Amino acid sequence: MEIFWYIAIAIVLTAFFILDGYDFGAGIIHLFFAKKEKDKELITKSAGLFWDSNEVWLVAAGGMLFMAFPTFYASVFSGFYLPLIIVLWLIIFRAIGLEFRGQFKYQMWKDIWDKSFGISSLLLALFFGIALGNIIRGVNLGTAENGISAHEAHYFFLPLWDSSFSPLTTHPGVIDWFTIIIGLIAVVTLTIHGANWIILKTNSSINNKLKTVIFNLNIVLTLLTIFSIIVWQIVNPNALDNFINKPYLLIFPIIYLIGLIGLFFIKKIQKNSHAFLLSTLVITGGIWFSLASLFPVILPSINNVNQHLTIYNTAASEYGLSTALIWGVIGFILIFVYMIIQNRLTSGKIDNMDYGH
Amino acid sequence: MEDMLFYDRLQFAFTITFHYIFPQLTMGLSLMIVYFKWIYLRTKTEKYNNAAKFFMKIFAINFTMGVVTGIPMEFQFGTNWAKFSELTGGIIGQTLAMEGLFSFFLESSFLALFIFGEKLMGQKLHFLTGFLVFLGSWASGYFILATNAWMQHPVGYEILDNGKFVLENFSALFTNPWLLPAFLHNQMASIVTSAFVVASIGAFYILRNKHSEYGKLFLKTGVIFGLISSVLVAFPTGDWNAKNVVKYQPATFAAMEGIFETEDAGAEIVLIGQPNMVDKKLDNKIAVPNILSFLTYQEWDRQIAGMDQFKKEELPDNIPALYYSYHIMVGLGTIFISVMLLAIFFLWRKKLYTIKPLLWIIMFLVPFPYIANITGWYTAELGRQPYLVYGLLKTSEGVSPTVSSGNTLFTLLGFVALYMLLGLLFLILVGKTINEGPKPKSH
Repeated sequence: MEIFWYIAIAIVLTAFFILDGYDFGAGIIHLFFAKKEKDKELITKSAGLFWDSNEVWLVAAGGMLFMAFPTFYASVFSGFYLPLIIVLWLIIFRAIGLEFRGQFKYQMWKDIWDKSFGISSLLLALFFGIALGNIIRGVNLGTAENGISAHEAHYFFLPLWDSSFSPLTTHPGVIDWFTIIIGLIAVVTLTIHGANWIILKTNSSINNKLKTVIFNLNIVLTLLTIFSIIVWQIVNPNALDNFINKPYLLIFPIIYLIGLIGLFFIKKIQKNSHAFLLSTLVITGGIWFSLASLFPVILPSINNVNQHLTIYNTAASEYGLSTALIWGVIGFILIFVYMIIQNRLTSGKIDNMDYGH
Repeated sequence: MEDMLFYDRLQFAFTITFHYIFPQLTMGLSLMIVYFKWIYLRTKTEKYNNAAKFFMKIFAINFTMGVVTGIPMEFQFGTNWAKFSELTGGIIGQTLAMEGLFSFFLESSFLALFIFGEKLMGQKLHFLTGFLVFLGSWASGYFILATNAWMQHPVGYEILDNGKFVLENFSALFTNPWLLPAFLHNQMASIVTSAFVVASIGAFYILRNKHSEYGKLFLKTGVIFGLISSVLVAFPTGDWNAKNVVKYQPATFAAMEGIFETEDAGAEIVLIGQPNMVDKKLDNKIAVPNILSFLTYQEWDRQIAGMDQFKKEELPDNIPALYYSYHIMVGLGTIFISVMLLAIFFLWRKKLYTIKPLLWIIMFLVPFPYIANITGWYTAELGRQPYLVYGLLKTSEGVSPTVSSGNTLFTLLGFVALYMLLGLLFLILVGKTINEGPKPKSH
């Protein structure tokens, strides 16, 4: 039952990063590549029409985590207190940028909200990557010093950074050179994904240029991926053991690779939806590759006093989990139906849709 | 430790107060939008469709604000109240996760279709999407109230040796005797807010002599919805809630009514007076004898326990704040009923649109249902203190063990600054929408 909810939450989180991921990416593209007003407007619209229904996936993932793994939820949310609250602020800034940009015609007003949308999208992508980096690196659970925990074994608190910025100290912060690399991977991946979304959904004048951007970023992504796998071995020498013991888990790095290699052919791909699918594979493969490397651990302890948090020692009761299964299945069927309806009605390019209330 | 608890409580109070400005309008307004759309389907009069679309614009702005201020609420259970989340997540996690799955997806999926899809779908389907948005927003309220009801009156649980609450009976969460009265009271109160907003915009248009055709429609609809809902808030739903409080939280009841000493027979109802916590009495009291006993038990001389009957640690920790919240809510509720009765009287005599003083009053009354709603929630939340889970888990036992007060104060200040900006933008946008009026915009 724990495994079922673990997978369900991973799916919901992946859906969040695929869906809201494209509008984070659109924000980053908007920040760096959109120069003409027409393009800026189209790109804002391609994110603005959908961001709130996309962010529901984050809320759902949070709620499910709370229900199924309350100890993990409590530990991680209080331990990563500062970065999480900062993420909340960024989400707010991004949303008001998207919603308020079109409300007045003054250029200055638009410029302010364009920057708000673009910069917060960039920082959010970076922070989500850093978060993933923190999870795979692990934290000092119980804040142990000389073999003694300062408080209950499953709690911790991370400062934003430690002056050494190293993942190898006994008290690493949220931001260190390892988590920054993972953060950059997230930024590049989501930028590619967002560019694919813009090509798919709009007729903006930079669509052709974006294909070149995707190609170049894909080279960067490949280099970063190789580099991160190497340094991951330094941070955690046993990082890839799970894949040796359970070879079927290799499906996830393979999914990642298919997406990554496919994207090199971006200029030859005829159907834009296929390119979008490839960056979706990169995101999915990347997330599940990371999760699978830890499984069944969900937050490693870097001291040897306190044990890792796993799906088993943080889960709610069996009765709670199995009851939730019943309503959970009904809920997911309904969501699936809504998505089909919504997709049918908003398919195709969005250039001519009303926006700006 | 003490100031940590203080900042955590202040941050939650601040963020939830600001958040609740928005859902209380969207829940009530979605019902009124469905009503306008339905009348349009029946009569095919374009005016009603424009009214529905106009309020949908206001709804959309509120919905955005509700979403962006709502996500921090869910996060804060974990960030600031980690111990509480760990101990009770197995139970309230159920209702909160259900809110996500059953109401947010419904609401957000169909809201976009309602706003952008009128031409694509045709009128009947458009009505249906509006109805689903309404359903989603009310379902959201229902799951939140189910969560809160469990904290007020815990049911269906078992406590393990390590202090964790485990779910023992899922359906008990939804048959909780606290839930239905609280939900209905809350929903009626949210209709009051939306009805007053609609009426106020109507009065504004009539007084400014602009869009006055819509002004009359909004005012009329607003006062009709306003009268019905403000009566229902008080009776029977408010009455049911008071009876629940006296039954399940008698110490809270004594504190909110301001009864310091138990009287031998028949408790009086306090209209005005300031709690004096030193001398344990109300200063400058105006009270009517025996009424409280009658309202509570329908017996004039039934005894009601005062605060002297309870140990200090069972009583709420901020009695004056609780007392004022409750009395402000009740006082405003009484004013709402009176003004709406007057408005309905003049509507019936066909004079409502010409009596300027009344129009001014209706226009300026608009902040007060918000205040009444929020003080109503303060009454519920302050009344539950010093507990998070009534009688079982103290508030001081629920905070995050590793987050220091300096960090909480930092994030609190950040939220205050950000929400000021958000509030300002909200007012500008709503003001702009109201000023543009309900005429369909040509693109």
